[in-house]
Amino acid sequence: MEQEKGETGETNEKGKKKHGSAKKEEKEEDEGKHTVKEEAQEVKKKKHKKVIVTSSEPETSEADDHEDDDNEETEVRPESLSPEELEKLKEAMDERKKLIQSLRGKPWPMKQKLDTLRESQEFVEKHEGALGKGRGRKLYAYKVMMTKKWMKFQRDFENFKTACIPWEMKIKEIESHFGSSVASYFIFLRWMYGINMILFGLTFGLVMVPEALMGKSYGSIPRKTVPRAEEASAMDFAVLWDFGGYAQYSVLFYGYYNNQRAIGWLKFRMPLSYFLVGVGTVAYSYMVVIRTMARNANESGIGDDNSFNFSWKMFTSWDYLIGNPETADNKFASITTSFKEAILEEQESLKDDNIHLTRFLRVLANFLVLCCLAGSGYLIYFVVRRSQKFTLDGLENHTWWERNEVNMVMSLLGMFCPMLFDVISTLENYHPRVALQWQLGRIFALFLGNLYTFIIALMDEINIKREEENIVKFNITMWEASLYNGTLMENSTAPPFTIHPADVPRGPCWETMVGQEFVRLIISDTMMTYITLLIGDFLRAVLVRFLNNCWCWDLEAGFPSYSEFDVSGNVLGLIFNQGMIWMGAFYAPCLPALNVLRLHVSMYLQCWAVMCCNVPQERVFKASGSNNFYMAMLLVILFLSTLPAIYTIVTIPPSFDCGPFSGKKRMFDVIHETLESDFPVWFSKVFSYASNPGLVLPFILLMALAIYYLQSTAKSYKEANVELKKKVQMQNEENKKKNKRAALKAQLDLEEARKAASQAAEQQKNNASPHDQEANVDNGVSQILHHGKNGSNPPPPVRGQECYLPAPVPRTNHRGIHGATGYRPGCPQQSETRMYRVPSLQRH
Amino acid sequence: MGNKQTIFTDEQLDAYQVRLLHGRYHELAPHLVPMDYTNDPDCKLPLALIVNMPELKENPFRNRIVEAFSEDGAGNLSFNEFVDMFSVLSEMAPRELKAIYAFKIYDFNVDNYLCKEDLEKTLNKLTKEELTPEEVELVCEKTIEEADLDGDNKLSFTDFENMISRAPDFLSTFHIRI
Repeated sequence: MEQEKGETGETNEKGKKKHGSAKKEEKEEDEGKHTVKEEAQEVKKKKHKKVIVTSSEPETSEADDHEDDDNEETEVRPESLSPEELEKLKEAMDERKKLIQSLRGKPWPMKQKLDTLRESQEFVEKHEGALGKGRGRKLYAYKVMMTKKWMKFQRDFENFKTACIPWEMKIKEIESHFGSSVASYFIFLRWMYGINMILFGLTFGLVMVPEALMGKSYGSIPRKTVPRAEEASAMDFAVLWDFGGYAQYSVLFYGYYNNQRAIGWLKFRMPLSYFLVGVGTVAYSYMVVIRTMARNANESGIGDDNSFNFSWKMFTSWDYLIGNPETADNKFASITTSFKEAILEEQESLKDDNIHLTRFLRVLANFLVLCCLAGSGYLIYFVVRRSQKFTLDGLENHTWWERNEVNMVMSLLGMFCPMLFDVISTLENYHPRVALQWQLGRIFALFLGNLYTFIIALMDEINIKREEENIVKFNITMWEASLYNGTLMENSTAPPFTIHPADVPRGPCWETMVGQEFVRLIISDTMMTYITLLIGDFLRAVLVRFLNNCWCWDLEAGFPSYSEFDVSGNVLGLIFNQGMIWMGAFYAPCLPALNVLRLHVSMYLQCWAVMCCNVPQERVFKASGSNNFYMAMLLVILFLSTLPAIYTIVTIPPSFDCGPFSGKKRMFDVIHETLESDFPVWFSKVFSYASNPGLVLPFILLMALAIYYLQSTAKSYKEANVELKKKVQMQNEENKKKNKRAALKAQLDLEEARKAASQAAEQQKNNASPHDQEANVDNGVSQILHHGKNGSNPPPPVRGQECYLPAPVPRTNHRGIHGATGYRPGCPQQSETRMYRVPSLQRH
Repeated sequence: MGNKQTIFTDEQLDAYQVRLLHGRYHELAPHLVPMDYTNDPDCKLPLALIVNMPELKENPFRNRIVEAFSEDGAGNLSFNEFVDMFSVLSEMAPRELKAIYAFKIYDFNVDNYLCKEDLEKTLNKLTKEELTPEEVELVCEKTIEEADLDGDNKLSFTDFENMISRAPDFLSTFHIRI
C-alpha cells in the first residue's frame, strides 16, 4: 500500500498531496479526537524522531506500523488540553513550519534535509487537526504553484523582450573581442537606429502617406508636375541621383505638397500635420536625448561601487548558463579583455610622471590644434566664396571639381584633420579615455566650423532665390495677362483655360532646394564613409596580409599593419549625420527614411569590417562614462541643428508657389488658422488671453526660477551623496583595521597558550600516555581559539548536525589529513584543522 | 516501504523536475542507474560521466562543481547529490546557500580558505591562461586586498560571503538551468 502511494506521489505532486493528506486524514479520523497530547508531548516527539531515524534505512512497511502503534498508544483527548499546553503546541507547530520553510536554504546534504522534512511534516499534520488549520495546506500549495507559474511567465517574457533587441549577438561578439569602448559605438549606433525609426514612422505615416494617398495625384497641378523644359531629362539616372527630375517632384520634398487645408474624405489637415510633425520630431528627439542622459547619470552614480572590483570580476564573471562552445570562447575572450581593462585602470592610477614636461607638451599640442582649426576654417571660407562666384558665372562653365568644390573640401578636411589631431595627441600622454574625449572635442570643433559654413552658403542661396521670386511673380502676371488677352481676342465667351500644368511658369522653391542640398550632402557623406572604410580598412588589410610574404619589412608589425577601429571618428560621424537629418527633416520628409536605410547598411558593413579587418587596440580601456559624453554632444548638436531650421521657419516667408504653406505670410500661421476655424470659439479666446505678453513673461520668469531651484537642490543632494560614500568607505577601512588588530591579538594569545600548554605537556610527559596528552593540548588550544577568533569563525554549527557526528571522529581524522575531505560548514572538526593553520601563518 | 519515493515533496522540490533530473541521471549511464529506487540502491556515477553533460561541458569549473557536491570529495555523485547540485544551482536557491557552495567550488585545495593559489587557479581557468604572470599576480593581490577583512592574506568564508553578498551579478551568473 505504501509503495503504491509512493509511486503515484512521484508522478503527480498534487495527487500525491491528496494522497498524503488523505492518508493523514484517515489517520485522524481513526484516532478521532485524540490526536493531541499534553504531558506526553515531548515524549512523543522523541518517539517520532526515533521512529523516523530508523526508517531512513532501507524502508520497510514496519516503520509505518510502528507509527500507528505509537499513535494508538497515546490517546489524548483535546478536552483535556489546558490553554498553556495549547500555546506550547502552537509554538512547536510554528517552529516546525518555519523549519520546513527554511529547509531549502540549509547547506545540508540531501538525505538529511529530506529526513528532517518528513519528520516535521508528519508532526505538523498530526497536530494540525487539533488546531483547526487543516485546510491551510492546500491553499499554501496552490499559492506556491501560482507563484511558480508567474515566475516562469515573467522569465519567458523577459527572454522574449531580450530576443527582440536586434543585433545583440553581433554586438556581444564584438565586445568580447574588442572591448567595451568599440562596442559602445555599436550600441550607440543601434540606439540611433531606434530613434530614426520613430522619426521615420512619424514623417512617413503622417506626412508622406496621406499626401500620396489622399492628396491630388502627380500631374494634376503645376507644382506637382515636372516643368516642360526639364521633362526630357527627368528620368535620367544622373538627374535622379542628384535628386532632380521625378525625384524632386514627389512626396520626398517639400515642394510637392499642396496647400489645401483639408484633403481626402478624412478631412486630413495636411498643412497642420506637416507643421506639427516637424515640431514633433524635434520635441521627441530632445525628450529622448535628455531622458537617456538622466538615466545614464543615475546608473553611473549607483553602479560606481568600486570597492570589490577585482573580486567580483573573478567570482561572478563566468556565466554558468553557457553551454555553447563558441559562446564560451567569446566569454573567455571577454573576461580576459575585462581583466586587462581593469589592470590598465589600476596601473594608470599608480603612474606618476614629470608634471612640467607634460604640461608644456599639452600646451604645445593645443596650440597646434588651434592652428589646424583656424587653417581649415579659412580654407572653407575661401572655397565658399569661390563657389559663390562660380554660381554667379553660371555653373556650366566649370569643371566637375569646381562645381562640387565645397562638398569635396569639407569631406577631405573631415578625413585628414582627425588623423592629424590623433598624431598631435600622442604628445599629450593622457589616459586613453581622456585622450578620446579631447579628440572628440577637437573633431567636434572642426565639424562645427564645416557645418556653419555650409549653412551660410545655404542662406546666401535662399536669399538669391527669394529675390528671384519677385521677378518670377511679375513675369507670371504678365504671362497670364497675355494668355487672357489672347483668348479674349479669339472668342468672347472664353472657354476655361486648359493649360497643361507642365507649361505653367513656376516660381522658385527655396525650401525644396534646401531639402535637396541636405539630401545630397547626406548621400555624399555616406558614400565617402563607405569608400574610406573599404579602402582604408579592407584594402589595407588585404595588402598587408598578402604582400607580407614578398616585402622587405614586416608589414603586419611595422608601418601599415592592420588598422584599429577609430571610435571617436565614427561616433562623431554618426552624431553629425544625425544633426544633418534634424536640420533638413522639415524640408525633405524623406530624410529620416534615408537615414534608417543608411544606418541599417552601416551596422552590417561596419560589423563585418571590424571583425574582418581591424585588430583590437593595444591599450584596451573601459568606455564607462563615455556614454554621457556622447549624449552631451548629441544634445549640443540637436540644439545647434534645430536653430537654423527654426530661424527659417520663423523669419522667412514661405514660397508662394510650392509647399503646404504657400500663400501664408509665415509658416506658423497655420496654427493660428487652425485655432480659429477648427476649435470652438471659447478656445481661441482663451488662447488669445494666454498668449498675452503680460501673462507669458511672468510665466517664463517663474519657470526660470523653478529651474534654478531644482538645480541647486540637485547639487546639494549630489554633495550629500558624495559625503555619505566617503563615510561608508572610511567605516569599511576602520573595520578592516580593527579586524586585523583583533586577529593579531588572537595570534599572540594562541602563541602564549601553546607555550603554556607545551610546558604543561612536558611536565606531564612522564605521567600520561601520548594519546591523551595531545588530546588535552588540542582541547585547551581549541577552546582559546573559539574565544579569540570570533569574527572569522565559520557559520555556527547547525543543530541537527551534531547527532550525526559522534565525538571521536574528528580526532582521528585530523591527525591524518590536513585538508579534511568531508567538510561541512559549522562542523567542529574544522576548528581542529584551523588550529594547524595558525602556526603556519605565524611563520609567514 | 517506498519512503524514498515520497521524499520528493512539493515543499522542497517540484516532483516533475525531479523526474526530469532522474531521467538525465539515468541517461548518463543507463546500465548503471536503476529506474526504480525502491530498494535504495547505492549507485554513484563517476566524475568523468557527469562532467560531460552539456550544461557543464563548457564550464571551466566543472570538475570543482561536481567535487564540491560529492560526499567523498572525488566527484562521484549519487542521485541525491546530483539533485542537490542542480537544486543549489537553480534560480530558486537562496543567496546564502549559493554563496556557501560557491566558496566550496572555488576552494581548490579544500582547506576552507581561498588562498592565493586558489585565486590563481581560478583566474587561469577564467582567462585560459592568457594573462601574463605579473598580471595574474596583480589581480590576485588586489582581490585579497579588497576582500580580506581579518588580515590573514587569504579569504575565509566570512570574507567571501561579505564580498559576494554585495555583488549585483552573482545570482544571475551562478545559475544553471536544466
